[in-house]
Amino acid sequence: MSTINLVLHVWRQKNGSAEGQFVRYEAVNISTHSSFLEMLDQVNEELIEKGQDPIAFDHDCREGICGACGMVINGHPHGPQKATTTCQLHMRQFKTGEELWIEPWRARAFPVVRDLVVDRGAFDRIIQSGGYISARAGSPPDANALPIAKGTADRAMDAAACIGCGACVAACPNASAMLFTAAKAGHLNLLPQGQPEKDARVLKMVAQMESEGFGHCTNHYECMEACPKGINVEFIAQLNRDFIKATVTARGEGERRGGDG
Amino acid sequence: MELKSKAPDGPIETRWARHKFNMKLVNPANRRKHSVIVVGTGLAGGALAATLGEQGYNVKAFCYQDSPRRAHSIAAQGGINAAKNYQNDGDSVYRLFYDTVKGGDFRAREDNVYRLAEVSVNIIDQCVAQGVPFAREYGGNLANRSFGGAQVSRTFYARGQTGQQLLLGAYQALCKQIDAGTVEMFPRTEMLELIMIEGRARGIVARDMVSGAITAHMADVVVLCTGGYGNVFFLSTNAMGCNASATWRAHRKGALFANPCYTQIHPTCIPVSGESQSKLTLMSESLRNDGRVWVPKRAEDCEKDPASIAEQDRDYYLERIYPSFGNLVPRDIASRRAKDMCDQGLGVGPAVAGQRRGVYLDFGDAIKRLGQKAVEERYGNLFEMYERITGDDPYKTPMRIYPAIHYTMGGLWVDYNLESTIPGLFVGGEANFSDHGANRLGASALMQGLADGYFVLPYTVANYLAQAPKYTADASHPDAVAAVAEVKERMNKFLGIQGKRSPDSFHRELGQIMWDSCGMARTRAGLESALAKIPKLREEFWSNLRVLGNGDELNVSLEKAGRVADFLELGELMCRDALDRAESCGGHFREESQTEDGEAKRDDEKFQFVSAWQFTGDPSKPELHREALKFDYVKPSQRSYK
Repeated sequence: MSTINLVLHVWRQKNGSAEGQFVRYEAVNISTHSSFLEMLDQVNEELIEKGQDPIAFDHDCREGICGACGMVINGHPHGPQKATTTCQLHMRQFKTGEELWIEPWRARAFPVVRDLVVDRGAFDRIIQSGGYISARAGSPPDANALPIAKGTADRAMDAAACIGCGACVAACPNASAMLFTAAKAGHLNLLPQGQPEKDARVLKMVAQMESEGFGHCTNHYECMEACPKGINVEFIAQLNRDFIKATVTARGEGERRGGDG
Repeated sequence: MELKSKAPDGPIETRWARHKFNMKLVNPANRRKHSVIVVGTGLAGGALAATLGEQGYNVKAFCYQDSPRRAHSIAAQGGINAAKNYQNDGDSVYRLFYDTVKGGDFRAREDNVYRLAEVSVNIIDQCVAQGVPFAREYGGNLANRSFGGAQVSRTFYARGQTGQQLLLGAYQALCKQIDAGTVEMFPRTEMLELIMIEGRARGIVARDMVSGAITAHMADVVVLCTGGYGNVFFLSTNAMGCNASATWRAHRKGALFANPCYTQIHPTCIPVSGESQSKLTLMSESLRNDGRVWVPKRAEDCEKDPASIAEQDRDYYLERIYPSFGNLVPRDIASRRAKDMCDQGLGVGPAVAGQRRGVYLDFGDAIKRLGQKAVEERYGNLFEMYERITGDDPYKTPMRIYPAIHYTMGGLWVDYNLESTIPGLFVGGEANFSDHGANRLGASALMQGLADGYFVLPYTVANYLAQAPKYTADASHPDAVAAVAEVKERMNKFLGIQGKRSPDSFHRELGQIMWDSCGMARTRAGLESALAKIPKLREEFWSNLRVLGNGDELNVSLEKAGRVADFLELGELMCRDALDRAESCGGHFREESQTEDGEAKRDDEKFQFVSAWQFTGDPSKPELHREALKFDYVKPSQRSYK
């Protein structure tokens, strides 16, 4: 089994209000079959042995689907391999002697909790504002009562593949959450079940996104490059169209409401 | 203690309908006066919290992840079963019921399984209405695939991300209720104790994992949907954070733990590659629809490039031994046969600890028959994942797979209402023991989680609330105060030991003991030796643990310490249960009890019961209670998939 040695500069920050800094560690005898997080596990076990606090980082499924993990490695969210979460990044991608700078997602809307752990509650609040289809348990019609063209279902699935990791925000020079919001709204807006709430959904999700302190989208498309699930920026265009339509409709409704008195 | 399922009599087809009618209701205006705690926000917990919130109850939901969207249900790949019979291939509620009872090797309760099959059809309707993007045919109707243990196509799927899409459906419904104010969500919050007042579950003690604050949360009823305990083995397909502490704490307070030895080994996982490995990755069972499992016929071929091994020198052993089910035999059987092949020296791939543990899962024929594009469409994301982890391209060279711990059928004992032996403590999803017997069929975990969350618990919890005495105590109640103090003392104890070994090092050692003695094959001698080793390891844990830092901050080692402490007790109970059950059934394979051709041999005369263990104060001396199982509809027989 081949092994490599690396030099790590890891962002250490005790809590949200403390000052942070890079600390240098040596990762030695790392199996090339290990995942990036297993490499950090190994470093942590050695830190504990030396009586030093282990590095805190978010992770859970380690299969690239839960979206918990994520760190910026040498300036790339989730590291150098395309379409890969940090937990699925394997050490065979690195060479012995390499120096790695490891830091948390950097965005005003994602405050650091500790070390590499950030608070992504803003994403949950965007969904809470309208990222759902109302369907009470017990009331729906038979599932095949509403045929949906395969192409439409596939496209909705392309958007729905988002794992909510936040790499898009970390990659964006403006720390915008447009790709996330567009994917989440896009999935539901494409489906016939999503039509009744479509306009309200778009307006509320965009308003929430803006109030969370994310930056504006200025079409750099770094988000798509960094996205471990390859979500396409076309969904941003779709969100922009849906937003304009919803704004016009809402204005029209406002006028009608006035007339109904 | 007499264990009563409380299921109604009469024709099985109408039991749930009659039971629903007979249960008490809470009128809409009174619902907001009731509070419900739901721990865990996976398919069962997320669906339940959303449903109860929608109905107007006051719900508090807890999860250890930073967002409820990350619960481990998200990682389920292959699909969800439902008796829709959209394929017109002979499926029915009764057949799904039959397959599940048989698949569980006649160790599940018929009433619960029938209900599961019955509500399965509602689940698909519900999920489609929420916008779950299930796979579709060109005509626009829902597509199906086949899964192990069934001869019909009844599995609905969303590429290889079915669990993710179902969970997002439940999560979005939950988000709606959070916004509406009916559900209060506590992410990064871990339940560490159950609060009992006058013999009823009335709350939990939970730790805010960011601030370290330890607080009592009170409610009229507590529901645990906290998943399984597969991580007792350290290496499993479970997420790293999955743990048994919520159920184990409840067990210590009096909830019986049923069938702890029933664990499921999933046959198609990526083999262990080395010692630093932290978890095992599953490759969906759906791959067995088109992949063919084989090993070389001769041991000397095992090191060769698989492409150079001629067709006649390959042993497609599942197709050979089980001609009618072939590569789609149930999980327990596929796993054991893979182990047999490797034990005979026919395993492939690099040797780890002196043995090659891997068999080929080959898509060569499928690619020839369907074309690479069609295979890519069905399994593209799984193939990519395999390549990222192993560095091999499965379009060109066969995958290597080996069984791994995946699911636990055992869990807290519950009656037909999914209520544990503690009044007011309900248990849903993988955390309970109820529906899968000794072996779960593929695509049935998602079905059970959502059945419990959307369609069973909302009725049975309401029935409890309508009848339970009005709750008056708050967090200042002496029993709540005492529970909080107990948890704080426990945390301080972990921090105060200041020994030499990390929580992970104990966890790995326990996992190795469990895998060697209580894994795919179990023997009396092996289990007895584990039962001698585990208490010693536990003793060392409590005297030589090292947890750095403080309790009032994000402290990952402290979280792990609490989970490992509970695994060290649960692991012992699993071995004891496996030793007591001197028969083989489903995933529980006692080498002493097998047929001539190596299949699991049940002993219905002695073991047709549910083992339910009671905590007595000493983890090494639990008391066994039995719930006899009756089979009025599906007559127990030797399972045959030949």
